[in-house]
Amino acid sequence: MTNAYANRPATVDAARAAQLRADIVTFHAEYCAVLDRGDLEQWPLFFTEDALYRITGRDNAERGLPVGLVYCEGRAMMHDRAVAIARTQMFAPRYAMHLLGQVRVEAEGPAGIVAQTPFLLIQTLVEGPSTLHLAACYHDRFVREGQQLLLAERHVVHDTNILANDLAYPA
Amino acid sequence: MYQCQTVIGLTDAAKDPPLSDCVWPADALNTIPDWVYTSRSLYDQEMEKIFRGDTWNFVALEAEVPKVGDYRRSYVGATPVVVARAEDGSVAVFENRCAHRGAEFCRNSHGHAKEFVCPYHQWSYDLKGNLQGVPFKRGVNKQGGMPRDFKNSEHGARQLRVATRNGVVFASYSDSVEPLEEYLTPEIVKEFDTTFTGKKLKVLGYYRNELPCNWKMYHENLKDPYHATLLHSFLVVFGLLVAGNKSTMFADAKHGRHGIMGSAKSEDKYASVSEENKKEMRSFHDGLRLRDERFLDFVREFDSPWSVTMMTIWPNLIVQREMNTLGVRHIVPNGPDSLIMEWTMFGYEDDTPEMERHRLRQGNLMGPAGFLGLEDNEAMKFVQEGVRRSSTGVNHILLDPGTVGTADTLISEAAIRAMYRYYRQVMGLRVQGEAA
Repeated sequence: MTNAYANRPATVDAARAAQLRADIVTFHAEYCAVLDRGDLEQWPLFFTEDALYRITGRDNAERGLPVGLVYCEGRAMMHDRAVAIARTQMFAPRYAMHLLGQVRVEAEGPAGIVAQTPFLLIQTLVEGPSTLHLAACYHDRFVREGQQLLLAERHVVHDTNILANDLAYPA
Repeated sequence: MYQCQTVIGLTDAAKDPPLSDCVWPADALNTIPDWVYTSRSLYDQEMEKIFRGDTWNFVALEAEVPKVGDYRRSYVGATPVVVARAEDGSVAVFENRCAHRGAEFCRNSHGHAKEFVCPYHQWSYDLKGNLQGVPFKRGVNKQGGMPRDFKNSEHGARQLRVATRNGVVFASYSDSVEPLEEYLTPEIVKEFDTTFTGKKLKVLGYYRNELPCNWKMYHENLKDPYHATLLHSFLVVFGLLVAGNKSTMFADAKHGRHGIMGSAKSEDKYASVSEENKKEMRSFHDGLRLRDERFLDFVREFDSPWSVTMMTIWPNLIVQREMNTLGVRHIVPNGPDSLIMEWTMFGYEDDTPEMERHRLRQGNLMGPAGFLGLEDNEAMKFVQEGVRRSSTGVNHILLDPGTVGTADTLISEAAIRAMYRYYRQVMGLRVQGEAA
């Protein structure tokens, strides 16, 4: 099985990994805060101008199939999605809550920092229970612009095989 | 949340009548009673009379099982089946149930095998579902074992008839269903062949979601062009599809069970909307523009007047040709209140890398997170909740009165009318005031 998303052995030493992990944890906290409070139009600002953002099932990722539930090439496309969802889309009101697991720093090199972070997305609908909407993992590549970390690539790869109805907000 | 996680909202008992009480209101063409979506006994009857009746059911694309031994799990109605490429190169479809004790033996969504072995007692089946081996068939030390007259040939997995057209695989339980092309009818075959030209397909990936609504609602939604310019504010806001566009709502003339909803994109990226039409469309905003317009590019690759078609093939297939994003949607009914949708997105083997990426970008329109798909899913969920829980019991389809089937306007429910006329006949449902 070819698995583009298999975690490779980490090549960053423990001390450096701890430093980078702290930066990434801070990044994630801000990213998730924006999404969980529904401030969608801020979301593209976490990415570089030409970043790739994709949400796809683990079965697709493991088989090298390129499709995305969401497939954005570049911050402009993310902006269009954010505006569409925030201002034009019809869906029932909902809360989203991201619960993140441990950040794993895999590599640091000229292309940036490669890291993975598993997470659970809990969704709550009006008069509905709070349910596990996605069991997923961020497969990230970060770069620095000045002091700031930005995502050059984020693949949201979800184990969840059958989605409950839909996925309204980015994850 | 999944349908099974509902906290508030049991189906009202009045909405779950036995079959004998399922009598359509007298104004049959213009009404749909709620129990069509909510009766469990009616649902069971649909499995028998429709999905296991005289129909061809979509099960797979040939591109998913290109080599001998390739297989995938699939469904006919709610019944799990295996689709496999057999030794002779044909595609076989058989029930995913061991003839011995009923285990669903094929567990992987896709794979490659020489044979299928049930893990419970290791009965083995060939790639067509024929029973090959039964361990200890003659017992041990001349004790036990199967009866002498047990014949493997009489105990295979249940096999279905198979038909393929240009890389698309259909299966049927019926011995009497007409050949596939005849089943589809000529206009549907023509649109089918526009997407499936015979050129090799390349699968780009899958989506899967549960829609907490009745399976027929999905057909209706794509036979309801009225909603497209109203619900889909994205289309409206960005002027992509508006009530004035050149369009079609076609229903097959023979039965009214299949349909094509099509529209032609104007040459301009953003359509212009007349002041009169604007007033009817609450969600229209002048002046919203995309920052990345590549998303709206349309590469004219098809021999068709329509840039967008959504084709409903009874009873379980949607073929999506939304500009350049192509896909099949496979409806798996899951009780009266739920369906599982399996989406297979594809392009063609000869696509350039840039064309493939274009299809992927445009894929943002469709699927469980698509700008259009998301809203359809939400709307259908709202309808299912409404019909299950309300005190009244009838839906009204009055637009474009007197027309049944193909409509000349988007502001029409004529194709839904035709679908339910056919449905009543197949299901043997009585209409109030008519003789039994």
